[in-house]
Amino acid sequence: MTLPLLLLGISIISFMLLNFAPGDAAEITLMRQNGGVAPSPQEVVELRQELGLNDPLPIRYGRWVSNAVRGDLGESYRSGDSIANELLRRLPATLLLAATALALAVAAGIPLGVLAAVNRGTWLDTSCRLLALVGAAVPSYVMAPVLMLFFAVKLGWLPAVGYGSPKNLLLPALALSFGTMAQLMRLTRASVLDVLGQDYIRTARAKGLSERSVVWGHGLKSALLPVVTVLGTSTGFLLGGAVIIESIFGWPGVGQFVIQGISQRDYPVVQGFVLYMAVAFLLINLAVDVSYRWLDPRLHFGGKFN
Amino acid sequence: MEGALRRRIPRRAILHNMHRDPGSFLGFGIVAGVILVAALAPLLPLHDPTHLDLQNRLLSPSFEFPLGTDHLGRDELSRLIFGARTTLLMSAASLAIIMTLASTVGSLSGYYGGWLDTVLMMVVDLMLAFPSLILGVAVAGILGPSLINVMIAVSVVWWASHARVIRGMVLSARNKEYVEGARAIGASDGRIVVYHISRNIVGPLVVLVTLDMGWIILGIAGLSFLGLGAQPPTPEWGAMLNDSRSYMQTSPILLLAPGSAIFLLVLGFNLMGDGIRDILDPTTYR
Repeated sequence: MTLPLLLLGISIISFMLLNFAPGDAAEITLMRQNGGVAPSPQEVVELRQELGLNDPLPIRYGRWVSNAVRGDLGESYRSGDSIANELLRRLPATLLLAATALALAVAAGIPLGVLAAVNRGTWLDTSCRLLALVGAAVPSYVMAPVLMLFFAVKLGWLPAVGYGSPKNLLLPALALSFGTMAQLMRLTRASVLDVLGQDYIRTARAKGLSERSVVWGHGLKSALLPVVTVLGTSTGFLLGGAVIIESIFGWPGVGQFVIQGISQRDYPVVQGFVLYMAVAFLLINLAVDVSYRWLDPRLHFGGKFN
Repeated sequence: MEGALRRRIPRRAILHNMHRDPGSFLGFGIVAGVILVAALAPLLPLHDPTHLDLQNRLLSPSFEFPLGTDHLGRDELSRLIFGARTTLLMSAASLAIIMTLASTVGSLSGYYGGWLDTVLMMVVDLMLAFPSLILGVAVAGILGPSLINVMIAVSVVWWASHARVIRGMVLSARNKEYVEGARAIGASDGRIVVYHISRNIVGPLVVLVTLDMGWIILGIAGLSFLGLGAQPPTPEWGAMLNDSRSYMQTSPILLLAPGSAIFLLVLGFNLMGDGIRDILDPTTYR
């Protein structure tokens, strides 16, 4: 599916979300302006007219989308502040958390996967497989409080909550990265095993290259192709996981903002969040596609040589 | 291909392989054990999982309360066991919704093809363009916190990828001789899909379902952890985990118990799924 169509679809779904939300935007806005006092029906009718809430759905969608494109996602029901501004202000914290988690997952998962494959059947391989099983079954929201319990509460090595220093980043990023690390390790192991059975690896061995050069030099680049493919999905997964992790560690990112929004029934916040995250996910996947082409030059020829 | 595969591997071989593969055997045992305990929960000599007793809050494990009591004086072991019922029932119900939706869309798309296929697959692509947890949080958050809404959210997020897989299966089954035969004796399209094709794809679907149970359990518990799912006093693992956070220093067991329960059940389903997949995948079939 092409990019413009996907963007159109994402915007329609995000727009429709607010239509399923209970409560009337005009009434909630008036409640806020009156300091919590219920507005008169007359006032509600007037504001509905003024905000254009009585217009047909396609017209409202058109208005919403043209505002969204210009960076206006409306105002928060609660504070009256611009949602787009707040999301943009908080996005760096979320991206930092997700990127650190991804970096940790890649830095640990890929080498461990290669080691497991090279030492297939040994205790190292077995431990890596166990780690992969555990990683797939321990969600970040279990990992996070457990890490917090040991490293912050019991040992006191790292702060439990907070934001600002690298020390604050470590626990949330570790908790978030664990599952992805295990998944990358498992995938790398399978992929390396697959590659090591190929003819060109036998050739490299036959011409007397050292085992290290065969594995890390010849094998790894092609073994990484399937791993790179899932990096896009992993990032989406990490961005989603960040929502939970942020609310546990008091991390001031977009996830914390949206959870607050949900608990205060501030639905435009949820809507703006979904739109931003889906577009970010789309762009990340696009970047992954591009890097994939760079890693696998065969794809430059439109797959003619595949 | 799937049909042929199923015929080539007799049921006895599945059991035999399962026996040889301790992992999937263990997984099967864990899942069966949890289901058994959850089913028998009302018959077990347990405290009422919702009975508040503020005199006995945050007790350490004892003979009477093997896992202690929570912040409202409720028996943690009893909540854990009744929580398994909540988790299993919700996951099974979500799975039923997902499979119904996915089979309907997948069959229509795969069987009829053409513009219908194009449109439905566009919808599927669109759903897959959202990071799953983010869409789940948004849907559950907007519908409001409740068990039903969490099941809706999980289903909205998960049906699309299955619809695509089922479409592929129906597509490849559509041109088989048995479908042609059924059509030749005058069977309607509906009858062909429901009676003939579905019987031949049910095997691979079972695998798909088992592999997915772990993810669904994690999704439901995660949304409940955020306060979007089970509402008090319903015992649910994700919600219990969230409740325990304020007391982790004094009563770490309240955190570790539901955490381990989630881990164990998901591990069980994953091991079981891996085992079944290995057996059905001819490249790893010994």
